[in-house]
Amino acid sequence: MSDEAKAPADPPRAIVAGHGEFGAGLVSAVEQITGRGGQLIPIAVHKLGVEAIEDLLRDRMAEEGIRVIFTDLQAGSCTMASRRILRGMPNALLVAGANLPMLLDFVFSDGVDPVGAARHAAERGRAAVTAHGGSA
Amino acid sequence: MTLLLYRIDDRLIHGQVVVGWGQPLDVGFIVLVDDSVATSDWEQELYRMGVPPNMEVYFNTVEDAVRELPKYRSDPRKGILLTGNIETMRRIAEQAHVDAVNVGGLHARPGRVQRVRYVFLTPQEEQELRALAAGGVRVTSQDVPGARPIPLESLLAGVEE
Repeated sequence: MSDEAKAPADPPRAIVAGHGEFGAGLVSAVEQITGRGGQLIPIAVHKLGVEAIEDLLRDRMAEEGIRVIFTDLQAGSCTMASRRILRGMPNALLVAGANLPMLLDFVFSDGVDPVGAARHAAERGRAAVTAHGGSA
Repeated sequence: MTLLLYRIDDRLIHGQVVVGWGQPLDVGFIVLVDDSVATSDWEQELYRMGVPPNMEVYFNTVEDAVRELPKYRSDPRKGILLTGNIETMRRIAEQAHVDAVNVGGLHARPGRVQRVRYVFLTPQEEQELRALAAGGVRVTSQDVPGARPIPLESLLAGVEE
């Protein structure tokens, strides 16, 4: 496909941050499945302290006009930093405990306000967790 | 039981502490020693939300922590004492006996130089660690339980392996 025929890139709508390469891994999977990974900005924080994590997330939110953050663990540093940021941004939303089904739902809700889309995605992600077998 | 771990970690309560150490050690409580957090209800609530329901968190100033140490050490549960910087741990060790200190995470910041993957130090912080060791405290660096503890001299030399 030529560059002219390519669909326009999706504008970023949310940040995905967490331990290790959590963000990059999930965004890579979303891109592979849907081609819509551009809606998500992966952030890694290996070498950063709490204040630097908060600054990084705040800067990326401001640069891209983002109001949604997905993180991995309730106890994670990215979650803690996000909660500090959201203290002064009541119109923004943090979803801790993100998973792939959740992000897939989010990127397909691109006609919806990102905060509403993220709330819906959180429910879908929670419902998508199942366990099979193990009865022996 | 007793306090199993005296840890310096500038992220305070986070995944490595709650899950990485907390689960394998079966930790029942964390003593978070920070003079600022100890006076902020909002910060305390933030950290409480990061721990599972079966894990209790005590928020202490240095003064309170030193006074309460005998109680924590005789608690039947296993515990972790946590500070966000070296100075706070040094102040505790100056007033109470501490066998060993774990440098778990001090991250990049202006003025700090990287020593190992997860420890960056200013010259002042290096001196504080040396002062801790000179006072009889065994200082090692170790981010997660499965990693090999790095002796202080290796840490300061930037030798992780």
